[in-house]
Amino acid sequence: MNGPMQLYLPIAEVSVNIFLLLGLGGIVGFMSGMFGVGGGFLITPLLFFIGIPPAVAVATGANQVVASSVSGVLAQLKRKTVDFRMGLVLLAGGMAGSAFGVAVFARLNTLGQVDLFVQLAYVLFLGLVGALMLQESVRALRRARRPDAPVKRARQHGWAHKMPFKMKFRASGLYISVIPPLLVGAFVGFLAAIMGVGGGFIMVPAMIYLLGMPTKIVIGTSLFQIIFVTAFTTVMHAVTSQTVDMALAFLLIVGGVVGAQIGARIGVRLRAEQLRILLSLLVLAVCGKIAADLLIRPNELYSLTVGVLP
Amino acid sequence: MIRLLVLILALSAPAALAQDERIVLGLSETRVAITADFQGSQIMIYGAVQRYSPEPEGNLGVIVTVSGPPTQVMVRKKERRLGIWINREKVRIGRAPSFYAVATSGPLDEVLSATDNLRYKITIPRAIRAIGISAQAENAPSFVEALERIRTREDRYVMAEGMVRVTGGTLFRTDVQLPANLIEGDYDVQVFLTRDGHVVDVFEDSIGVQKAGVERFIHALAHEQPLIYGLLSLVMAVAAGWGASAAFRFVR
Repeated sequence: MNGPMQLYLPIAEVSVNIFLLLGLGGIVGFMSGMFGVGGGFLITPLLFFIGIPPAVAVATGANQVVASSVSGVLAQLKRKTVDFRMGLVLLAGGMAGSAFGVAVFARLNTLGQVDLFVQLAYVLFLGLVGALMLQESVRALRRARRPDAPVKRARQHGWAHKMPFKMKFRASGLYISVIPPLLVGAFVGFLAAIMGVGGGFIMVPAMIYLLGMPTKIVIGTSLFQIIFVTAFTTVMHAVTSQTVDMALAFLLIVGGVVGAQIGARIGVRLRAEQLRILLSLLVLAVCGKIAADLLIRPNELYSLTVGVLP
Repeated sequence: MIRLLVLILALSAPAALAQDERIVLGLSETRVAITADFQGSQIMIYGAVQRYSPEPEGNLGVIVTVSGPPTQVMVRKKERRLGIWINREKVRIGRAPSFYAVATSGPLDEVLSATDNLRYKITIPRAIRAIGISAQAENAPSFVEALERIRTREDRYVMAEGMVRVTGGTLFRTDVQLPANLIEGDYDVQVFLTRDGHVVDVFEDSIGVQKAGVERFIHALAHEQPLIYGLLSLVMAVAAGWGASAAFRFVR
C-alpha cells in the first residue's frame, strides 16, 4: 500500500499518496472549470472516502474552495459579470449563517451525530438541486431543438418584490427586497460551515430561480461571496479546532489549478444545456452514493472517535 | 505485628523479580522523526539474558511490547432507525494505546500465565483500560472487542506470537513495524522475561516519536498560532487562485 510517493499530512496525521491528492484536486478543478462551481460538494465526501478524518476534510475543503473561487472570480471580473452589491448582501447573511453553522457543528460533534447530519444534508440538497437542474436543462434542450416554441420568460414580479427594504441591484437589473438575498446567504453560509462546501451548487440555482438574477451574473456573484464565506469558515475552523491541513490543501489546490484549465477548455466546446445536464447527473450520482451508504448495512457497525485524556 | 507484615511484603515484592536472570536491551532506534515522506519505521529490538548462575529450570519466554501514547476513545455503534443507519449506543473507553504491538517467543499460553498477564497488562485486551463500561451500554464488552478489531485491521494493534527469536537461550531479537499513521509521543518498550509463564524480569525503555522539519513547523504553527495559521492558509489559497488565473491568461 505504501507507494513511493506517500506524504504524511501534518494535521490529518495520515499518510496519503501525493498523486491521489493531486488527482482528486484535478477532478474537482475540472468540474469547477467546466461548470463554474467551487467543487466543495465533491471534495469533502472524496476526502472522507480516502480516510481523512471528517473534521479535517470539512475544514480543509473550505480552504480549497477559497482558492478555486478566487481563480474563478478573477475570470468573471474580466467579463464584468460580478454584482458586488448583491454579493455583499449575500455575504452579510452568509457570515451570520456560517457562525451559526460552526456552533451547530460543534454541538453535533459532541452528540456523535455529525456524520449523519452531514450525510443527510448532502442527500437532501444534492438530490433536490440535481433533480431540479436536470429537469430544467432537459426542458431547455428540447426547446432549443424546436426554435419556434414559445420561450418562457423569467418571472419579473415574484414574491421577492412584495417585501419591504427594497434595494437596487444595478448589475443584476433587479429592484427587490434585501430580505430574500439575506436569507439565501445565511442558509448557504450555514451549509458551508456544516458541509465544508462553498454552497455554489445551492447558491447558483437559488439566485436564478428564487431571486430571478440573470444567469451570466450569477456565477461571478456567487463565487465572489463564496470566497469570503469559505475564508471565514476556514479561519473559524483553524482557530476553534485546528483542523485545517495546509499540506493537504496545497496539493488539492495544485491539482485543482491544472484541472480547472482543462475543464474550462472543454467547457467552452459544450453547450450550456449539455453542461447543466452533465452537472446535474454528477450531483445526482454523488447523492445516490451517499444515500446508499445510509441505507445499506455497513460492514463495520462500530466507529471510533479519539478523545484527549482529561 | 503489622509492621512486620509490611516489612515482609516490602521484601517479598521485589524478591519476585530479584533473579539470577536479567535482560540487557538494545534498540535500533530511540528516536523516530516523522518527516513529510514518512512511511512507517521498523524498529529492531534486541537483547540478551544475563546470568550470574547456571540457567534455572523452566521454559524461557521473551515477550516484547511497544505501546503508543494512550488516549480516550469513544466507540459508537450504528443501528437501523427509520430505515437509515445511525449511531445509537456509545461506550467511552478510559484509556487505550494509540499503537500496541506484542511479540512473543512462543505460543502465548505457554510463555505467559493468565495471572501475570493480568498483573502486567501485556496482551491487547489487557492493555485497553475499560473500567465502568458495563453501565454505558448493553453488551459493553462487544464495544471493546470492536476497538481491538478495528485497530488490528488498521495495523495499529499487532499480536505477533512466535516472532521473538531466541538464540542459544540467551540472545533474542524481534522487529516491530511502526505504521505510517503514527501520532507523536513516547512509545514505551517493555520486555518481559518469563520462566514457565511467570515473569522473572522486566526491562523498560522508550522510543520518542516526533514530527520533524516542515511537518513539525506546520503542526506547531497550527496549534500555537491558530489565527496566523488560518490567515496563512488563506494567503496560500488566494495566491494559488490568483496564480492559476494569471497562468491561464499567460497560456492563452
